[in-house]
Amino acid sequence: MSNDLSPKERMAIDRVHMPELPADERNKNFEEVNLGLSGDQALSEAKRCLQCKTRNCVAGCPVGVSIPEFIDALACEDMPRAAQILRGDNALPAVCGRVCPQETQCEALCIRGKKGDAVAIGYLERYVADWAMQHPDRLLTEPTPEPTGKSVAVVGCGPAGLTAAGELARQGHKVTIFEALHDTGGVLRYGIPEFRLPKEIIDSEVAVLAQLGVTIECNVIIGKTLTVAELRSEFDAVFIANGAGLPTMLNIPGENLKGVYAANEFLTRVNLMEAGRREDSATPILQRDEVAVIGGGNTAMDCVRTAKRLGAKRAMIIYRRGEAEMPARVEEIKHAKEEGVEFIMLTAPLAIVATEDGWVKALRCQRMELGPADDSGRRRPQAIPDSEYDIPAGIVINAVGTNANPLLTATAPDLSLNKWGNVVTDDNGQTSIPGVFAGGDIVRGGATVILAMGDGKRAAASIDAYLKR
Amino acid sequence: MFEVVSNEILAENLHKMVLVAPRIARARKAGQFVIVRLDQGEERIPLTIGDADQAAGTITLFIQAIGASTRKIVATPAGSFIRDVAGPLGKETHITNWGRVVCVGGGVGTAVLFPLVKALAEAGNEITTIIGGRSEKYVILADELGALSKNLIITTEDGSQGYKGFVTGPLSEILADPERVPQAVFAVGPVPMMKAVANITREPGIETIVSLNPIMIDGTGMCGGCRVQVGNQTKFACVDGPEFDAHLVDFDGLSDRLTSYRKEEAARHAAEGCKLAKEVAK
Repeated sequence: MSNDLSPKERMAIDRVHMPELPADERNKNFEEVNLGLSGDQALSEAKRCLQCKTRNCVAGCPVGVSIPEFIDALACEDMPRAAQILRGDNALPAVCGRVCPQETQCEALCIRGKKGDAVAIGYLERYVADWAMQHPDRLLTEPTPEPTGKSVAVVGCGPAGLTAAGELARQGHKVTIFEALHDTGGVLRYGIPEFRLPKEIIDSEVAVLAQLGVTIECNVIIGKTLTVAELRSEFDAVFIANGAGLPTMLNIPGENLKGVYAANEFLTRVNLMEAGRREDSATPILQRDEVAVIGGGNTAMDCVRTAKRLGAKRAMIIYRRGEAEMPARVEEIKHAKEEGVEFIMLTAPLAIVATEDGWVKALRCQRMELGPADDSGRRRPQAIPDSEYDIPAGIVINAVGTNANPLLTATAPDLSLNKWGNVVTDDNGQTSIPGVFAGGDIVRGGATVILAMGDGKRAAASIDAYLKR
Repeated sequence: MFEVVSNEILAENLHKMVLVAPRIARARKAGQFVIVRLDQGEERIPLTIGDADQAAGTITLFIQAIGASTRKIVATPAGSFIRDVAGPLGKETHITNWGRVVCVGGGVGTAVLFPLVKALAEAGNEITTIIGGRSEKYVILADELGALSKNLIITTEDGSQGYKGFVTGPLSEILADPERVPQAVFAVGPVPMMKAVANITREPGIETIVSLNPIMIDGTGMCGGCRVQVGNQTKFACVDGPEFDAHLVDFDGLSDRLTSYRKEEAARHAAEGCKLAKEVAK
């Protein structure tokens, strides 16, 4: 088999379109929106890759996936090799193929994209990862690593923790993950809805780690059940990836009314506890006709699309800047719009208005306009005088972000923190305590799955070097 | 999985359950709680750790069966298992020797009070404990608390045991007596009781601590569901509490938020009742 098209022939192929569930069907259920490429589509897309020598795409990938190589194997229809290359670089390829913001990372740097559309690297990653899950018997067996006799404790079973655990296990270290919740996956499970990332995908990626010998202990809260000091004395190294923490409050009147949710509570009820999705779900969720979600990131999109699926007639995004300034992925915004979500831009919340008996009645807002750019390079929104008005809403969801979780750090006095309470690390991901490393949202504040995974991968390399020193 | 060692009925709908949980038994301090989830698909329920035996590796929970989930939990017999028990969560009680302390428990709050009384007694405090219940059969842990307290006062709303009336009756008498006035008051029970206690200790300026039990999901500070207004700040009961200065807590707001799911819970209750009735009919 060969992949020997001329560049001209490659340039002549159009970028594939991801097949999707119809918008008016999917906005009533939690089925995955993107259906995945067919074999023919994947093959055609793989042949669009110019196999350029500069490999800009790899530099754009936080975990450094060997993108041209796995795409070449795919184009040659050598699926076992494509899977081997991808899985060798990325512990959670089926997750990344679904939730990574490729358009600002690998695909943004794709040479093919300079003239026309970039190669759909994310779609191909998903295709190969899904193939690997469906064909365990055809995967090339990984050589069993020689046990090093070293042990590593990983705090948190989210993207950073899972990635680090996979990398370390492949180096022959004995890894134990401690998870505070009752199930695996961290934000992948409690935060990201199933219409973007089905639970079977998480289960399957976690199962790969179990095969590598990684132990996962749920219901263990580091900082409470056990301390970092205890882990440090029991294990040869520790990786802290306990994720984001407390929701950032809006600090506007009415925030404690009935019907006001922080995004994590709303999403956790629905995703982790299955509220509103099974008739006999033990965990309740409020359902109202009008739901206002405050924020412009991926979490806000997840909340508003979930609210729509739970039956909201008006599911609204309220954002104080313009659509161009929204941090959410382009695809999430597009999907949300198709599903009937309303985007109310340049609008800032002032207060949540109550009914007589303490329920949310409306979100009081004021209109904004964009002024000069601020420190983040985005144009700063400023209020338009006398523009206050009420948006009727029965539920208000605060999706503006999170602060650092104090649970672990409160019982680890030797751990250096920055002024926001995030753990400080050096370039190798090591904290102020030798042998204790950290990554993901506890270091970065709120960021993305793939950046957390990048931290996990880098920290694993540093931990490996530390253990072999 | 966490094995149930024993499960006994203390009063109507009130169970004392001992579970094997060595790590929690070792780490826990008075005032902390666990999150319990009976099985797949069940709710996460916060429950105060009533006591612990480090040597045996067990914790004791006092569980009031009030909703569908707590009913299922108390129906777990000794020798069976509970799928998830996570903790200890929340801050430990600030224990010091105040001198004279009054501890007030109402309903299942009396069970939450038990570890506090125990720790306060160990710290050398002179304790008066007031237990309130609707009637005699709702008065729990009287012997256990009596053994740790200098004085034990029981109140019942119907007068079937002890003082007839509310816990605030004897508490007011103690506050008015210069010989007996305490340096601190701890109160755990229904929100209206804690609010009433806070109101009568506010004016004499007696430090008063209450333990709150708002709606909670993860218990680790992530979801923000358990937020309460304390003074002019929003606090999270799971990480900042569950104990707070009673004189700063917005009890009305707390009370109101606790009713958020009343309709949904009633519906589930009815559905569970139907299921049970069908099973009984079979």
